[in-house]
Amino acid sequence: MIAFVVQRVIQGVLVMLVVALIAFALFNYVGDPINNMVGQDTSVSDRARLREELGLNDSFVVRFARFVGNATEGNFGLSYQQARPVGQIILEKMPATLELSFVAALLALLLGVPMGIYTGLHRHSWLSQTLLAVSLAGVSLPTFVIGILLILVFSVELGWLPSFGRGPVIHIGWWTTGLLSLDGWRAIIMPAITLALFQMTLIMRLVRSEMIEVLRADYIKFARARGLTSRAINFGHALKNTLVPVITITGLQLGSIIAFAIITETVFQWPGMGLMFIQAVTFADIPVMAAYLVLVGFFFVVINLVVDLLYYVVDPRLRLARERVAGA
Amino acid sequence: MSELTAEVAGTTPVAPVANAPNRRRFRDSDLLWSFRRSPVAVVAATIAFLIIGSALLAPLLAPHDPFDLASLSLMDATDPPAWLDGGNWTYPLGTDNQGRDVLSAILYGARLSLLVGVSAVILALVLGIALGLAAGWYGGIIETLIMRVADVQLSFPAILIALLIDGVARSALPRDVQGEIAIYVLIAAIALSNWVHYARTVRGSTLVERNKEYIQAARVIGVRPMRIVLGHLLPNVLGPVLVIATINLALAILTEATLSFLGVGLPPTEPSLGTLIRVGNDYLMSGDWWISIFPGAVLALLILSVNLLGDWLRDALNPKLR
Repeated sequence: MIAFVVQRVIQGVLVMLVVALIAFALFNYVGDPINNMVGQDTSVSDRARLREELGLNDSFVVRFARFVGNATEGNFGLSYQQARPVGQIILEKMPATLELSFVAALLALLLGVPMGIYTGLHRHSWLSQTLLAVSLAGVSLPTFVIGILLILVFSVELGWLPSFGRGPVIHIGWWTTGLLSLDGWRAIIMPAITLALFQMTLIMRLVRSEMIEVLRADYIKFARARGLTSRAINFGHALKNTLVPVITITGLQLGSIIAFAIITETVFQWPGMGLMFIQAVTFADIPVMAAYLVLVGFFFVVINLVVDLLYYVVDPRLRLARERVAGA
Repeated sequence: MSELTAEVAGTTPVAPVANAPNRRRFRDSDLLWSFRRSPVAVVAATIAFLIIGSALLAPLLAPHDPFDLASLSLMDATDPPAWLDGGNWTYPLGTDNQGRDVLSAILYGARLSLLVGVSAVILALVLGIALGLAAGWYGGIIETLIMRVADVQLSFPAILIALLIDGVARSALPRDVQGEIAIYVLIAAIALSNWVHYARTVRGSTLVERNKEYIQAARVIGVRPMRIVLGHLLPNVLGPVLVIATINLALAILTEATLSFLGVGLPPTEPSLGTLIRVGNDYLMSGDWWISIFPGAVLALLILSVNLLGDWLRDALNPKLR
């Protein structure tokens, strides 16, 4: 177990180093960092002095080590566009994205799993067929088209919900939340649904196909023969055994939700990290891009690590297989 | 991610039909037969060919030339579709903020979306097959290197990687050429975010095939390695990859539309479906819904039909499901 954890952590650290290297290359080789800092009339000698002062003449390894050191302290330099520390900007934007992702993930799970169980148990009922047909549309409809449709119906035509922004936010320390007021909830409903829809259909289809697979297994037939109630069979035996892949996929989807938040945040002008990143791309604001890259890379590595460990804990077969390999 | 969607999606509406007992009698049927018996596939193919056909024939079919600035008149701007009050049949689906005919813009836009999607898939296919063959054939350090990169890339969503490549390329290039080469940057970004699936599949089949007798026989009679790989190995590993490519076409079109919608894809002077939706989105609040909703509907139909076709093709070619 310890060897497994250590191996995974080392892999994660390696991935982070690669991500950091890309971010570092972005910083140093895309455009001239000096050009981005000084005016056009700065003399060549001044530029050279600045270059020396900033340590840009040091060797690659030294500069990369310094970059990694700064990054671990959350120091990514100044944003070209806003002339403020990038770390500070990100800290301001993070609560909005995390809150949206959290509500969306919760929505996807709370609706996706029951829908998957239902469609798996009652495969031929009309409700199942409808849900499946709708879910196919959910997979095919681009996220932003869904968002636009929601805005058209609920903001423009009916005027029930706000079409952009987070509504009023309440400060709790450095964290800002919109979830403590009714207007905040009204603002988060449409973005959360838009973001959740794809993951919800994915979870539903996954639970459904796993349920169908498990229900065919011999031990389910045996449980039926023993005369257990279908409730005990469906939920006690079948559902339990479908949960391993569901946990894995849902975990991995959490990362996707943060990535897909870029699109949802653009549609609804949600003031989070995704919108910030898109603005950074359009303005070629490299420090912000690099910081976002490292941060999202970090999220993904941590999520992958946790999912791997969960998998290991939940599925005893995996543990046995590994021990057998280790013992041989 | 896409792999997942495809896997999960494949078990839904099409699969039960293919599994029905009366199908089993015809297990030796050919592709055309299975196509005609699948209403979903027929409908999807009809829709896809309608959209693709009219997109290809855009210069002939489009009632107006949306790029001819001289014919545009702001007097005609934001006209609603013909069947609503204030609309007229000169502009069947209405006009956008510059007086461009929405229908013509959609036809030309779909053309660009398809062009980018198909080019990106072909580029990704070539890249993925080459790297997959190299990894499977040479093994050793080459294999480790390629597959590690693939693993790392696979742990991030493709859309994020495409966005990053696109963003970096934009910052690296001088501003005045950005508009002209946007389409190439876009194709490269989508292809680079998508080669992994092909490479992994090809590597897998290569590992299986390279130890088979026909390869050994070719070696024994002294065929040059390059010729074995391209002439003997490649045709035998191509099948599964082409199926993945069909499914990934929908994904590539979607990625293009998403990037264009986010404003980092094709510029408004050369609008794809995604760009049209982005432009129309600004006029949504003033009630001019048709500028964004019609391109959105065409995009959704196109992606849905290509998706369904890909799913059907995979099920039809998968011997396990028959």
